[in-house]
Amino acid sequence: MHPLNINQKEQEYQQLGAENIDSFEREYQKIKKNLEKLCIETKASAVLLIDKAGQLITSSGDTSSLDIPSFATLSAADFAATSNLADLIGEHDFSTLFHQGIAKSIYVSLIADQVILAVIFPKETTLGLVRIKVRKASEEMEILFQNIFAELESEYVGTVDQEFIDEAESELDSLFE
Amino acid sequence: MSLINYASKEINCKIVYYGPGLGGKTTNIKYIYSKVEPQSRGRLMSLDTELDRTLFFDFLPVNLGTVKGFQVHFHLYTVPGQVYYNASRKLILKGVDGLIFVSDSQIERFDDNIESLENLKENLSEYGKKLETIPMVIQYNKRDLPNIVSIAELEETLNSRGLFSCEGVAVDGIGVFEPLKSVSKEVLRNLK
Repeated sequence: MHPLNINQKEQEYQQLGAENIDSFEREYQKIKKNLEKLCIETKASAVLLIDKAGQLITSSGDTSSLDIPSFATLSAADFAATSNLADLIGEHDFSTLFHQGIAKSIYVSLIADQVILAVIFPKETTLGLVRIKVRKASEEMEILFQNIFAELESEYVGTVDQEFIDEAESELDSLFE
Repeated sequence: MSLINYASKEINCKIVYYGPGLGGKTTNIKYIYSKVEPQSRGRLMSLDTELDRTLFFDFLPVNLGTVKGFQVHFHLYTVPGQVYYNASRKLILKGVDGLIFVSDSQIERFDDNIESLENLKENLSEYGKKLETIPMVIQYNKRDLPNIVSIAELEETLNSRGLFSCEGVAVDGIGVFEPLKSVSKEVLRNLK
C-alpha cells in the first residue's frame, strides 16, 4: 500500500475516535495473510472466518459464487448444533467438523474458542493435509485474535455517535417504509 | 453485542423473532422479504419441516446501506416456536442484539405466549443475559381473527415493562415494519 494511503486510512480511523485501531488493523492484516496462505497451501476455493453468531469476519479465495451470509449463518448454526450434540454425550465440544462432498468438501474448526474457520477445498486435496495446515494456521491466528479481543473493548467506544444514529435511523425509515 | 468490523467497515446486528409456534414469525419475515428492494436484501433462507414448521430457523439479511462509511447490515432470524425445538431455539439466541416477540392474539393461544416469554428468559439466562438488557418490542399478531384477547389484557400480561408494542396482521403486512423499525433503532442506539 502507498504510504499516503496508509496515512489517509489512519486519519479516517482517528476520526472515528478509535485509538487502538492501528494495531487492530495490523493484527487483522496478519490474519488476512494467514488465510491467504492457508488457501494456497490447501488449494481451497475459499477460506472464511465467521463469528459464533453467524457473521462473516473476513475471507480469502474466490467467494464470488458463494452466498456468504447464508454460508456464514449455516456454518455457525452447524457448529452450535454440533457443540450441543457433543454436550449430550458428555463431550465439551467437537473441535472440528468435516462435510464430505463429491467435488468439494468443507472442513470447519474453532479458533480461540470464538471464531469459526471454514475451509472449502476440492477433492484433489486430502483431508489430512487440510487438518495439518489448519492446525498450524489456527495456532498463529489464535494469538492474533486474542490480541484483537483484548483491544475490542476500547475500540468499541466512539464509532457510533449521535450523528451516526440519526443518519442510520433515517436510512431505516426509508428502507422499511 | 453487534459486530463492528473496523477493517471491512461493517456493522452487523442480529434481530430475532421469538414467540409461540405458528404465531406468525415466519410470515413476518416473508412479508419483509417481499417488500424490501432486492438490492437491499439477501436470500431468504428457511430450514423448515415438510409441514411448514420452522425446524431450525429462517434467515434474512437486510442491508441498510452505508452510514458514515460503515456498511450496516441487519440479520433477521426466526426461531422455531414449538416447545419441542428448544435446543435449536436457544442456539439462535446466541449473539442476539434485538428481539421482536410475536404473540398470538387468539384466546386459545394466550398461555402459549406466556410460556414462550418465560422460555425466552430462561434461554437467555443460559447465556448469562437478562431479557431487560436486550432491546425488545412486541407484536400482537392475528388481530383479524374473531376469537382474540383484548389488547389491554395482552399488554398487562406480556408487556409489564411498557415496551413498544403494536397490533399486527402479518399475512397482510399490517404491523410488520413498525416493530422491526422500532427495535432496529433501539439496537443502533445501544451501540453507543
